[in-house]
Amino acid sequence: MSKSIDQILVNAKQWVLSWLAGSPNWVVQVVSSLVNIGVLLIVFLTLFAFMSVLERKILARMQNRYGPNRVGPFGLFQPIADGVKMLIKEDIVPARADKIVHFLAPVLIAAVAILTLGVIPYGRNMTPFTIDGGILFFFAVGSTTELAVFMAGWGSNNKFSMLGAMRAIAQMISYELPLIITVLPVVMVVGSLMPDRIVAAQADYTFGLVPRWFVFTPWGAAAFILFFVSGLVESNRTPFDVPEGESEIVAGHMTEYSGFKYATFFMAEYIGMFAISGLGITLFLGGWHAPMHALEFVPSWVWFFVKLSVLLFVYIWIRGTLPRTRVDQMMNFAWKFMLPMAFTCIVAAAVWHYAGRGLRGWLWSLVVIAVVYTALSMLLDTRRKFAPRVYRFAE
Amino acid sequence: MNSLAFILIAIITLAAALAAATLRSLMHAALSFAIALVGIAAFFFLLGAEFVGLALVFIYIGAVAVLIVFTILLTRRDDGKTRGFNWGGAIIAAAVFGGLIWSILNTQSLAIVAPHMPGLTVKRIGAALMTGYVWPLQCVGLLLTAALIGALILVLEEKR
Repeated sequence: MSKSIDQILVNAKQWVLSWLAGSPNWVVQVVSSLVNIGVLLIVFLTLFAFMSVLERKILARMQNRYGPNRVGPFGLFQPIADGVKMLIKEDIVPARADKIVHFLAPVLIAAVAILTLGVIPYGRNMTPFTIDGGILFFFAVGSTTELAVFMAGWGSNNKFSMLGAMRAIAQMISYELPLIITVLPVVMVVGSLMPDRIVAAQADYTFGLVPRWFVFTPWGAAAFILFFVSGLVESNRTPFDVPEGESEIVAGHMTEYSGFKYATFFMAEYIGMFAISGLGITLFLGGWHAPMHALEFVPSWVWFFVKLSVLLFVYIWIRGTLPRTRVDQMMNFAWKFMLPMAFTCIVAAAVWHYAGRGLRGWLWSLVVIAVVYTALSMLLDTRRKFAPRVYRFAE
Repeated sequence: MNSLAFILIAIITLAAALAAATLRSLMHAALSFAIALVGIAAFFFLLGAEFVGLALVFIYIGAVAVLIVFTILLTRRDDGKTRGFNWGGAIIAAAVFGGLIWSILNTQSLAIVAPHMPGLTVKRIGAALMTGYVWPLQCVGLLLTAALIGALILVLEEKR
C-alpha cells in the first residue's frame, strides 16, 4: 500500500505514456519530457504563489501585525489577486532603454531558474531529468544568471539599475566559489556527480537510529552551513539583499521593470531559492529519505517537501531577524572566512574517509574543522582595533 | 532526429556568430557571442560529451562572457561612433579559418572509422585527469593560484 502511494506519480506518468504505446520512440521521449516540465512548472509555480503569501504572513507574525487577511480565508487567495494585478498593470519600458536586452533579461533569468529545478530528485524514481553530471548542470546553468542580471541592469539604461547589477554580479561571483567548493566534499565521498547516487549514498542508518545524512558528519555540518549561507547570497535574500537594497538604490537591477516583468524577477528569485534548497537537501539532508526507519511508510516525495518547507521557513525566519549587511562586510566574509572554511571541509572529508568513515574519522574531522575555525576567528577578529567610543559634545 | 537537431543548432550557432561579428552595438555583439557559445555546448551534448558541454557553459558563459561584458562596460567610449571595415581583423580571421580547414583536411584519423567508444562519463574524465594528465593539471592549478594572488595584490590597499 505505502509502496503504491510512494510511486503514485511515477505510475501516473507511466499510465499517460501508455496511451502512446504504438507511436515512435522519439514521440514518447518528447511527451515524457513535456509531462515532466509541465508537472515541475505547476508544482513550483503553485509553491511560489503560496510561499509569497506565507512569507508575508510569517513576517507579519514576527513583527506583531496581521499581514494579508482580506482575500479569501486567512488571506490565502492573496497570490491570485496579486497575479491579476501584476498581469493587468501597464508595462513601462524606458524610452532610452535597450529594448531587446531589456525584454530578454527577465525571460532568461526565469528560464535559468526553472532549468535548475530539473535535476533534483524529488522522490524515489522521481528525478525529472537524469544527467550523469547533474550537480555540474545545476551550477553551469545557474552561472548564467549573472549574465541575465547584467542584461537587466545594462538594458535599463539607469544608474541605479547598473549599480544594482554590479553589486549582484560581484556578490554572486564571490559566493559561487564557496558554494561550489562546499559541494565538492560530498561529490568526493560519494564518487559521483549524479544527484540520484548522492541520495542513494545517504540511505542507511547508523546503529539503526541516526540516518546517514552527510549533515550528521562534522565536515557535512560545516559544509551545509556554508552552503546555506552561500545559497542565501545567490538568491539575493536578506541579510544579503544588497543588490536590491531599497533604501539605497531603489530596487537595483529591477528598478526599471514594471508589471509582469517585475513579477517574473521575483518568481525567478523564489524559484532559485527552491532550487538551491532542493540541492542542499539532496546533498546534505539525505534527499527524499525518511529521518527514521519507522517513518519510511510515508511517501518519499512527502519527505522531500517537508524538508523543503523547513528550509524555506528558515529563509523567512532569517529575513525577519537579521538586518542587511554592508557590501564590504559581505565581500570580506566571502573571501576571508567562507572560502578557507570551504577548503577545510574538503580536507576534513578526506580525513573522515581515510580514518575509516567511523567514529574515529568523525572525531578527527571534527578536530580539523574546530582548529581551522578557531584559528580563522582569531585571525579575523577585529574587535581589539576599536577603542571605547569617545563622545564629543558641542560646548 | 539527431541530424534535424544538428541542423537547427548549426543554424542558431552560425546566426549568433554572424550577429556577434556584424552587430553595431558592442554589447549586443557580446551577448550574441554568448548565444553562439550555448550552440557549441549543445553540439557537445548532441555528441554525448555532457561534461565538456557543461564545462563550456560554466566557464565560457558564467565567467568569460561576464568578463567580456564587464570589459565593454568599463572601457566603453565609442558611443555613436562608426568605424570603417577592419581589414586586419578580416585577414586574421581568414588565416585562422584557412589554417583550421587545412589541418582538418590533413588529419589522418578522420578517414578511419572510429572504434566504438564507451560513454564519456565524468568518472573516466576524472580518472584520466588524475593519472595521465596529473602534471598539466597541477601546472594549471599553480598558474591559476598565482593569478588569484596577483589579483589580490593588485587590489590590496596600500599601507601608509
